[in-house]
Amino acid sequence: MALKIVKGSIDRMFDKNLQDLVRGIRNHKEDEAKYISTCIDEIKQELKQDNIAVKANAVCKLTYLQMLGYDVSWAAFNIVEVMSSSKFTYKRIGYLAASQCFHESTDVIMLTTNQIRKDLSSPNQYDTGVALTGLSCFVTPDLARDLANDIMTLMSHTKPYIRKKAVLIMYKVFLKYPESLRPAFPRLKEKLEDPDPGVQSAAVNVICELARRNPKNYLSLAPLFFKLMTSSTNNWVLIKIIKLFGALTPLEPRLGKKLIEPLTNLIHSTSAMSLLYECVNTVIAVLISLSSGMPNHSASIQVSFSRHAHAFVLKYLGLLAMSKILKTHPKSVQSHKDLILQCLDDKDESIRLRALDLLYGMVSKKNLMEIVKKLMLHVDKAEGTTYRDELLTKIIDICSQSNYQYITNFEWYISILVELTRLEGTRHGHLIASQMLDVAIRVKAIRAFAVSQMATLLDNAHLLTGNTQRNGICEVLYAAAWICGEFSEHLEDPMATLEAMLRPKVATLPGHIQAVYVQNAAKLFATVLRGQEGAPADSTVAQETSQLLIDRLPLFVQSSNLEVQERASCILQLVKYIQKLQQKDVEVAEEVTALFAGELNPVAPKAQKKVPVPEGLDLDAWINEPPSGSESEDEGRKSKGKAVFAKEESRHTKPRYTEVDEKELAKRREVRKAEQANNPFYIKASPSSQKVYQDGVGVEHIPVVQIDLSVPLKVPGMPMSDQYVKLEEERREKNKADKKKKKDKKREKGEKGRRRRADSGPESEEDITPAHMVDIVTEEMPENALPSDDDDKDPNDPHKLSANGLIDYEKSHGIHFGIRMVQSVCCGFACKSICWAPCVNTAGYGVDRPPHYLSPHPSLAPLLQVCDIQGNLQDGSQVVVSVIFENKCDSFIKSMEFNVLDSLNSKLQRHDGAGPHDGLTVPFQLPPGISNEARFIFSVQNIVMPQKLKGTLTFIVKTDDSSTHEKLDFKLHFTCTSYLITTPCYSDAYSKLLESGDLKGCSLKLEGVNQPFHHLLARICFHHHFSVVERIDSCASMYSRSIQGHHVCLLVKTADQTVSIDAKCDEPALLGNVLDEIKLTFSQC
Amino acid sequence: MIKFLLMVNKQGQTRLSKYYEQVDIEKRPSLETDVVKRCLSRKKEECSFVEYKDFKLVYRQYAALFIVVGISDTENELSIYELVHNFVEVLDKYFSRVVTQIMFNLDKVHIIIDEIIQNGHIVETNKNRILAPLLALDKMAEAH
Repeated sequence: MALKIVKGSIDRMFDKNLQDLVRGIRNHKEDEAKYISTCIDEIKQELKQDNIAVKANAVCKLTYLQMLGYDVSWAAFNIVEVMSSSKFTYKRIGYLAASQCFHESTDVIMLTTNQIRKDLSSPNQYDTGVALTGLSCFVTPDLARDLANDIMTLMSHTKPYIRKKAVLIMYKVFLKYPESLRPAFPRLKEKLEDPDPGVQSAAVNVICELARRNPKNYLSLAPLFFKLMTSSTNNWVLIKIIKLFGALTPLEPRLGKKLIEPLTNLIHSTSAMSLLYECVNTVIAVLISLSSGMPNHSASIQVSFSRHAHAFVLKYLGLLAMSKILKTHPKSVQSHKDLILQCLDDKDESIRLRALDLLYGMVSKKNLMEIVKKLMLHVDKAEGTTYRDELLTKIIDICSQSNYQYITNFEWYISILVELTRLEGTRHGHLIASQMLDVAIRVKAIRAFAVSQMATLLDNAHLLTGNTQRNGICEVLYAAAWICGEFSEHLEDPMATLEAMLRPKVATLPGHIQAVYVQNAAKLFATVLRGQEGAPADSTVAQETSQLLIDRLPLFVQSSNLEVQERASCILQLVKYIQKLQQKDVEVAEEVTALFAGELNPVAPKAQKKVPVPEGLDLDAWINEPPSGSESEDEGRKSKGKAVFAKEESRHTKPRYTEVDEKELAKRREVRKAEQANNPFYIKASPSSQKVYQDGVGVEHIPVVQIDLSVPLKVPGMPMSDQYVKLEEERREKNKADKKKKKDKKREKGEKGRRRRADSGPESEEDITPAHMVDIVTEEMPENALPSDDDDKDPNDPHKLSANGLIDYEKSHGIHFGIRMVQSVCCGFACKSICWAPCVNTAGYGVDRPPHYLSPHPSLAPLLQVCDIQGNLQDGSQVVVSVIFENKCDSFIKSMEFNVLDSLNSKLQRHDGAGPHDGLTVPFQLPPGISNEARFIFSVQNIVMPQKLKGTLTFIVKTDDSSTHEKLDFKLHFTCTSYLITTPCYSDAYSKLLESGDLKGCSLKLEGVNQPFHHLLARICFHHHFSVVERIDSCASMYSRSIQGHHVCLLVKTADQTVSIDAKCDEPALLGNVLDEIKLTFSQC
Repeated sequence: MIKFLLMVNKQGQTRLSKYYEQVDIEKRPSLETDVVKRCLSRKKEECSFVEYKDFKLVYRQYAALFIVVGISDTENELSIYELVHNFVEVLDKYFSRVVTQIMFNLDKVHIIIDEIIQNGHIVETNKNRILAPLLALDKMAEAH
């Protein structure tokens, strides 16, 4: 026995204590998990021993491990054992462990009730204290019910140390066991006047928390608190009391008046910022509740804030408070505009976001351009996508609020929207798109300008779709295509736009966008035809246009998207028929334009709802008795079965339709017109009432910079919207001067359909006339709409208004497409073959071969052409490879599988579960002469070296009588350049980067380069994904970034046909390879 | 009210955590790393309040030690900001070298926190009174 005790104490000497454990974990950084698991095993052994000291030590270590995230719930019973030790040092460890590990559902808690009761009544105040502290962490409804009485007695304990803890824990008890509140409340109220400030503060805390949940019941305590507020010197307590008053004043306005005086005194006297802040917050709340408003007091708040706003910690709180004031006293905040604009430059994101919120309420006609210009600068500078997206939505919100109330120049707004499309990786493409649609539809005067902008966007669509991660932004093309098609009469060169819309790359866009492309290509086609037939030129030009459509549309007919497929096949048939007519020298332009005649007006969001249901019409009644469920299923199956044969049928019906003669057509048109005239929902055609946009300024300065190379290159310069800001300033100056001259004629020009809110800001806005005669089309309502305004939205909620409106416009566009398709069928132009299966008949189609295509195999059918290898910005280890497959042979190619031999460094990303030898199925088939693009994602680990990957493409060539398996080998060349991503960089950030000294240098000299310097730069930008940071004469600094965040800086100088490039990068190997590639580019030309 | 208090080193490792609102043990590490990432990524000149999910974080840096407090929306940010400083002053008064010593005396730091904050509310701010139980405990240990 004695031996056992000795052995126990020796063991204890070798036991680890907490310090050893902490040290041990530190020393085992490599195999921390393994070390900890051995420690846990030791602890389990220790817990099995009888010695309470060993157990306490083990529990102490467990508490630490629990904090590191290890589950120790298995030791709950041992913790209870240690809690019930009679020795305070061990008891404390037990309670600490319990407070950290136990929660309501820990079942051993039931066992602790008596132990805790014993500890609460212990003569040692620290025993009681530790029990109270622990209890506050794991009190359960059962414990609360059983111990409520004991704790209540402790509230009148002789020691303040116990009293304050008991008072505070009562809050937890009230929450768990609400019945205890009524008997305990009188005693709690007593404690507010306890001689000990700690107990007092605890009581204030508890009552404040209770009052926050249900302020009404605590109004009676107001005088008591008022007394405390004037007497207490403890700032923490004061803050709580003032917070409580903030909750009480809305219920009792008289209280507010009484409070203002002492609060303002506190504001001016206190040196504690936290107290000041709380006072100001409450004063604001009080002022809001006193709707009468007290201008002099609000002024004093302003003073106190501008006094402190320079301290950066307070900036945030100041802005928070201002946003509260803004809701009720917008004018007093507007005077701080400059201060808030300064906050936008702050390094802190939360301050910037707050400032943005405030700006929304502060714009006026006068400062809108200035504010948005500032925001646009921030958009360029912003680093995180979240903040950039936030900025983008804010810009759009600010501009579009209250029905574009503050915009004086819509040309400026359109160019802002176009500039926003250049944002990388934004999620808000659809937002920009809906704004473009909204403005183009509703502001008639702007249409010509908008159309020209959209045409450039379409022409440069590859800039928007070049990168998979930019998917959000390609929504813009939806709007661009629609605007160009719908208002095609404004296009300068409709033929070029038509060509741009039918490029093969379009097939990689999402289906709904392709559908809009196809439909609007048809509208454009109509416009082009009209232009060509009007001119005396020969008819072959018109026929060539039809041929273009016939050539390109089959690509869409094969689309996997039903909508695209259907529209494409309809239009293809239509065009084929037109071509036939053209060959017979029939003039068709007028007929085709008639398909798309009529103007689209925006429809009010509630238009449909407001059409009264005609008397005697019961929409819920069945017209026919509903068929039984099984029947309808049968029906569905039958019709499906028919659809399979639809193709054959349509072939037979085709000739019948071509026999319809002109007379018949004219007759049908008449009938249709009559129908339309009687149809209240049909949007009627009217002679084009658009005002032709005459002001020539701006059209030449279309924001997309054109360079003689068609490269995705952004030459830094002044953003285009800036010009409008300048123009606007000049115009305003001029206006002012004009006005002085002819004061009698100073009536403002008409602003039809514009609402102006009464409180639109302190400046006199009448001074600013809009740049154009802007006629914002008001939303159309059906003629017999009910004048019910009961469900109208809150006019003070501009957000909601515009947002809803936009959604509805989108819907109305959708309907519009539908109506027109029906029309064209009625006309007899389109034959009835809206077949779902893709059309097989396709014509030959060629693509210019770009300089670097990589297909070593000489003769075989499909040609692979790697058009783009691009890193993925969001994922540093991903590279996206776009491959164009073109079928050059005369046979149909199907079942293509693309496979690449993985290297250690690069792997093709396959579906889950696929092995390294499984290829990826190419998601389309290729009829003869057709090309299409597919994208493959590779994961790459090391990006500092270029590499070549071998791959094979297997496919089946299908001729009329046989099909053969074929194979094509190819090599993929991943240059280091493909890991670089064009990233804009500002000169100040650039110089900081260079100064940092982290970068290593390297240089390169190229002899005999006789290109103009800007060509040279453009070439580097295009081929090597750089952007120009700054250019001075024949010297330019350039920047790019790799997908893994390496910075690459170039300084390019040129003199007498010699170009020297000094380069710096934080990864010398990468830099060397990039320079080699640049050299190669220039040696090839 | 105060939802949790974290002490974190510059590498983002948690040195001490105390929760006043039950958070599942499985969720704690991810919450902690997320919160710490937010605070560590901020520069010195950025303000000490971060909006996070539905509550706010108040943090202060002392040499290599970060103290992060998660508070509900109704709490006064500045008062917590001051409370953190008060807490550090108490630590400073008791330990001679705060950063290394708190690592090995976590239980004592817990006692100090328990004296200052109880069920999410400030209970004591007077330094002497905060340290009184701890000093009494030390005396007991010496007597043994």
